[in-house]
Amino acid sequence: MTTAEIRKAVLDILADIAPDEDLSDLKDDVTFRDQLELDSMDFLDIVMELRKRYRIQIPEEEYTELASMGSTVKYLEPLMKDVE
Amino acid sequence: MYDTIIIGAGMSGLAAGIRLAHFDKRVCILERHSAIGGLNSFYRHRGRDYDVGLHAVTNYTPKGARRGPLAKLLRQLRLAWDEWSLAPQVGSSIAFPDVELKFSNDFELLVSEVAQKFPKQKDNLRRLVAELTDYDQLGTGDTGRSAREVVGSFIKDRLLMEMIFCPLLFYGGSKEHDMDFGQFSIMFRSIFLEGLARPLDGVRLILKLLIRKFKELGGELRLRAGVDRIAVKDGAVEKVVLANGSELQARRVLSSAGLPETLRLCDDCPNVESPEVGRLSFVESISVLDVQPCSLGHDRTIVFYNDSDEFHYEKPNEPADVRSGVICSPNNFVYGQPLADGVVRITSLANFDRWAKLDSEAYRRAKLHWYDNLVASAVRFVPDFRDSVIDTDMFTPTTIRRYTGHHSGAVYGTAKKRYDGTTHLKNLYICGTDQGFVGIIGTSISGIGVANRYLLKM
Ligand SMILES: Cc1cc2nc3c(=O)[nH]c(=O)nc-3n(C[C@H](O)[C@H](O)[C@H](O)COP(=O)(O)OP(=O)(O)OC[C@H]3O[C@@H](n4cnc5c(N)ncnc54)[C@H](O)[C@@H]3O)c2cc1C
Repeated sequence: MTTAEIRKAVLDILADIAPDEDLSDLKDDVTFRDQLELDSMDFLDIVMELRKRYRIQIPEEEYTELASMGSTVKYLEPLMKDVE
Repeated sequence: MYDTIIIGAGMSGLAAGIRLAHFDKRVCILERHSAIGGLNSFYRHRGRDYDVGLHAVTNYTPKGARRGPLAKLLRQLRLAWDEWSLAPQVGSSIAFPDVELKFSNDFELLVSEVAQKFPKQKDNLRRLVAELTDYDQLGTGDTGRSAREVVGSFIKDRLLMEMIFCPLLFYGGSKEHDMDFGQFSIMFRSIFLEGLARPLDGVRLILKLLIRKFKELGGELRLRAGVDRIAVKDGAVEKVVLANGSELQARRVLSSAGLPETLRLCDDCPNVESPEVGRLSFVESISVLDVQPCSLGHDRTIVFYNDSDEFHYEKPNEPADVRSGVICSPNNFVYGQPLADGVVRITSLANFDRWAKLDSEAYRRAKLHWYDNLVASAVRFVPDFRDSVIDTDMFTPTTIRRYTGHHSGAVYGTAKKRYDGTTHLKNLYICGTDQGFVGIIGTSISGIGVANRYLLKM
């Protein structure tokens, strides 16, 4: 997957978790917590959706890497570059 | 072999089932009844639709709100706000002999009512609100502090204190007189700070939404599949045996049937300490009117009434205690169109044993007798609607037992909750009322929480 595709994949997950949110101007450098008020249950869901959709395992101590769109994409790049 | 078997297709079981099915677990919900919903169910009687349970969905927050249990539930179950078609309440009140406090989904109304009727307590109310335990700190509803003690340290007027406790105990008190301050905080937020709403089509809309979602995700539901026995081996559930004798196996079992009730299903139950069955139960009269209640001057959504300065939240000696009650009119929500019939429902505390021992003829007569008593008591607090009644029904503590399986028709389950959802068996968990959550939203959150914590990991 390219960087743009990974970003799209994460956006799709967010759209699924929060169907009522307008994600069109989600900022890459502001945390999900501040922009969408996601809480720990929601972060767990992002992790589980990644596992369900792309078979990616994220260890618990690395959940903090998923703080914002920017950091999430950067963290996922090496893990998802081989995903079709 | 299932990943998880869920006992009970009430709100908590359905919510847990959706979570598990969404993440590709093999999950089966076993429901004793021929219909889903548990305490929150519905039925047809003489050609009319009736709701059981639901007066109003608590925890109402408007579309777009990101905080609070409703928003959390929608996100966790991947539902859109619009799918619930929630119409907010018109406005409710707490009515005691000489004082009435109005409240709505705007908390400031209650504050101004308190300022007017208990001027010295207004700031104390604000201080109490600041002291409420936050949802985030409420991994458990259990703070070990008596709500009466904590609230009494802020609110210095006995009558106001009784008036605040009345709706909260009615809508979530599993113990007599008092509750844990954590539970109080949850209830206060859900009713006063968030608010009340209802879909035009009532609880059936919500249930249909949940069951459709569960099935689309590949979940399996078996109706008329009561669990008779949980076979135990080496400290774990070995298999689940149904009333018809068939046996099912699962890695884990999640029960929403109530804690003492679930423990009694286990083979090893004589050796297990079980909490007492809850004592509190309700009767409810349902009156169908040929007019909209507001045309009789009854425009309140819910009226919590009590006919003296002291509110007695306890098991009565009589079949029902009509000194206090909850008067709910499902018409009085802000829908786009009116409900077909006018409806007034009145709920009061009741004594299970007094109803359970009646034979069917005596039970029928008692229902008529107590219908009259309930309504006569309630019309002291709302306009008299008796001339407009075209049909009636009544449910009793034995009805509640039938719908929930709770012994003694205990509406809010046992007084001793199991906040962490675990049991003496390593693969048996409980959710719903006895995990310390009440109401449609609360018990759904409970199912979601226990599923996330124990059943999704592997
Ligand atoms: C009069 C009244 C008014 C209420 N009003 C409101 C309201 O306005 N707003 C609100 O939010 N809440 C309200 N409630 C509370 C709400 O209905 C409950 O808190 C909620 O439905 C509980 O859900 P649950 O999943 O925990 O349990 P239940 O609904 O009790 O579900 C348990 C399920 O398990 C099944 N079961 C039990 N034993 C077995 C077995 N051995 N095998 C198979 N299945 C079994 C039962 O049949 C049932 O379907 C009200 C309740 C009452 C009585």
